[in-house]
Amino acid sequence: MGGPIAGLFRWLNDVHGLNFSVFTDAYDAHRFLIGLRTTIGLSLSCMVFSIILGLLGAWLLSGPSRLARAAVRFYVQAFRNTPPLVQLVFFYFAIGSLLSGAREPLIGGYGWAVISFSLLAGAFNVEIFRSGVEAVPPTMVEAAQGLGFSRLQTYRYVLAPLGLRICLPALTNNLVNLVKTTTLAYAIGVPELLYAASQIWSEVLNVREMMYVLLATYIALVAILVWIMERWERALRIPGYTP
Amino acid sequence: MTHLSVLCKPRRLPAIRAPLAWPGLPVGVALAFVASVAWAQAGAAVRPGPIEAILRWGPLIFGGFLFNVLTSVLSMTVGTALGAPLGLLLIAPGRLPRGISWAVTQFFRNAPWLVLLFYVMFLLPFELHVGGVTIPLPDWAKAVLGLSLPVAANVAEIVRGALQSIPEPQWSAAAGLAFGRLQTIRLIILPQAIRRMLPPWMNLYAILTMATTLISIVGIQDGLTITRAAISSDARPEMMLPLYLFLLLLFFVYCYPIARATLALERRLLVRG
Amino acid sequence: MRDVEKSFGAVPVLRGVSLTVHRGETVCIIGPSGSGKSTLLRCINGLVPITAGSITVAGREVNDPKLDPLALRRDVGIVFQQYNLFPHRTALQNIMMAPVHVLGQDRASVETRARALLAKVRLTDKADGFPGELSGGQQQRVAIARALAMNPKVMLFDEVTAALDPETKKEVLVTIQELAGEGMTCILVTHEMGFARRVADQVFFTDGGVLVEEGPPEQVLDAPREARTRDFLDKIL
Repeated sequence: MGGPIAGLFRWLNDVHGLNFSVFTDAYDAHRFLIGLRTTIGLSLSCMVFSIILGLLGAWLLSGPSRLARAAVRFYVQAFRNTPPLVQLVFFYFAIGSLLSGAREPLIGGYGWAVISFSLLAGAFNVEIFRSGVEAVPPTMVEAAQGLGFSRLQTYRYVLAPLGLRICLPALTNNLVNLVKTTTLAYAIGVPELLYAASQIWSEVLNVREMMYVLLATYIALVAILVWIMERWERALRIPGYTP
Repeated sequence: MTHLSVLCKPRRLPAIRAPLAWPGLPVGVALAFVASVAWAQAGAAVRPGPIEAILRWGPLIFGGFLFNVLTSVLSMTVGTALGAPLGLLLIAPGRLPRGISWAVTQFFRNAPWLVLLFYVMFLLPFELHVGGVTIPLPDWAKAVLGLSLPVAANVAEIVRGALQSIPEPQWSAAAGLAFGRLQTIRLIILPQAIRRMLPPWMNLYAILTMATTLISIVGIQDGLTITRAAISSDARPEMMLPLYLFLLLLFFVYCYPIARATLALERRLLVRG
Repeated sequence: MRDVEKSFGAVPVLRGVSLTVHRGETVCIIGPSGSGKSTLLRCINGLVPITAGSITVAGREVNDPKLDPLALRRDVGIVFQQYNLFPHRTALQNIMMAPVHVLGQDRASVETRARALLAKVRLTDKADGFPGELSGGQQQRVAIARALAMNPKVMLFDEVTAALDPETKKEVLVTIQELAGEGMTCILVTHEMGFARRVADQVFFTDGGVLVEEGPPEQVLDAPREARTRDFLDKIL
């Protein structure tokens, strides 16, 4: 690896004995980047699925079916009040072994991580979207109904856009937590960032350096996510209206 | 048009609806658990079934779970002790202490818990020399410390939020009576703010309790470690479902009441302001 | 509207109200607060389902279980006390939303009509303003235009001037008066006795969930027969 950055880190290694191998060694850099890509991919898929789950749950909670409401409540409370790590190993080992039998597993570690974290974050999203929609003044619903909007139209054109603006900060918070939670996939051997880093430090024996790289990377990921969400929040701002 | 009756419903909903808590929920969880036991039992006609497995391993798993609870209590104590002063610094008058405490808080709030745990486990020595005294740092103590770091940052945010939620006139009134800043906080602001800190603090405790299972990843024996050991020692994959569910149920039974109490407290605060 | 009854739970709000409004008429419903006026109005377009009795609006039976309430609401426009404009849409978009999404009309023709309606309520220059940027009276006139955009047969006004100051009140009342002059059927719940006297064809006085007195404004407002009507008028005048 060349370039001034690699040069700097090589100097750090030679003079101070700080071995940032991800910047100086092509193989380590490659492994680390794969980990980074896995973490980002995992985070993005879980975000999408958890938001879909959240919308679906909030929709069902405001719906007419008692059974559906009870099912959503059960789902939300079950996932919010049990350890995410145990949920993950439960899915990966217990449910995974049920589905696969002796042959090739149907869903791999990455797949189970997506399912498990999506369900977890989705449970929180249900609550977030529900409270967002409930914070929209009931007079808005009345106005929409007075204009002949159906329930779906009221949701789509009035409740969802207004509720989203109300719950965006809480959603940001939950998505940040989701990114942090993807580290748990380490426990089932998904080659995400933490896993990649641990492979590197166990071979190169540069635990301290890798820890700093790892922490800085996660802080950067979270910072980027928060920045995007805040920009979105600003783009949605309406003159003369505070949600 | 089957949803007609619903059309008119949202109007009459009060602004704060009953929370998502559902009294029948624990019953539902228990039923799901029993069903899984029955299912595994049915598939285990010859060898001892899951009921025997739970009877045999249950006490051990429960012991491990108690270790999780102990860890959570210790981490919460250390985290609160570290986080409360950090929270005070967040609203300190000086720019420098405010800036530093802000950076520290943001860092520990946004770093993944597991990475922080790894950091402390790997990079803290197994004993500390302070002066001439040697303090041993066993793994469990490091784990407690590792978990207490993100807790401290979150406690700091809770303290800051609650202190700042006390309306400005209270601060001015205290200043008008010639109270010093710390006196104001201690005598006037804190007594009012503590009620507001309690719900998020309890919520944080529940999150921490669930996060204590992370210590199994760094090789400390907790409820999850023992559950996995039980499964592998029996070499019985069909026992996974009931045993993991048993562990999940233990956490649920512990954390769900905390969540309910948190909600109840929050609502009381909303009503009384 | 015959023998309409409505209870919220065990609390009766309307206890057998019967009244008739003819096409093109403007009527005012007056009465003390809590007398069920607003509920009565909301029953007419099915926002509040009635417990007993029957309401016929433009040939539709309101509590017919087979009735599509959405179709009913397309024929009956309603304007609220608190304007209830959608804060995330501009004035023009507020007016266009329902015709485009509910009636599925062509966007371009709806926009032409919406701009014409804005001109009619004298708010041409506020088309791109958000509700939060408009005054109360302006918001209320947009709300009227929004309801008119559906080409309703009947317009309901629920204390539309109660939240406005006297100055802006006038703007809104003038708009309604013009509408009544054009032959729109208007039903108003109001405390504006002067307006009722000038514009209404009939005045209904309700109290305690029943219709106490009805007739032309000269009679109900100036020479009430019922003691309860007299009491009420004495108190507010």
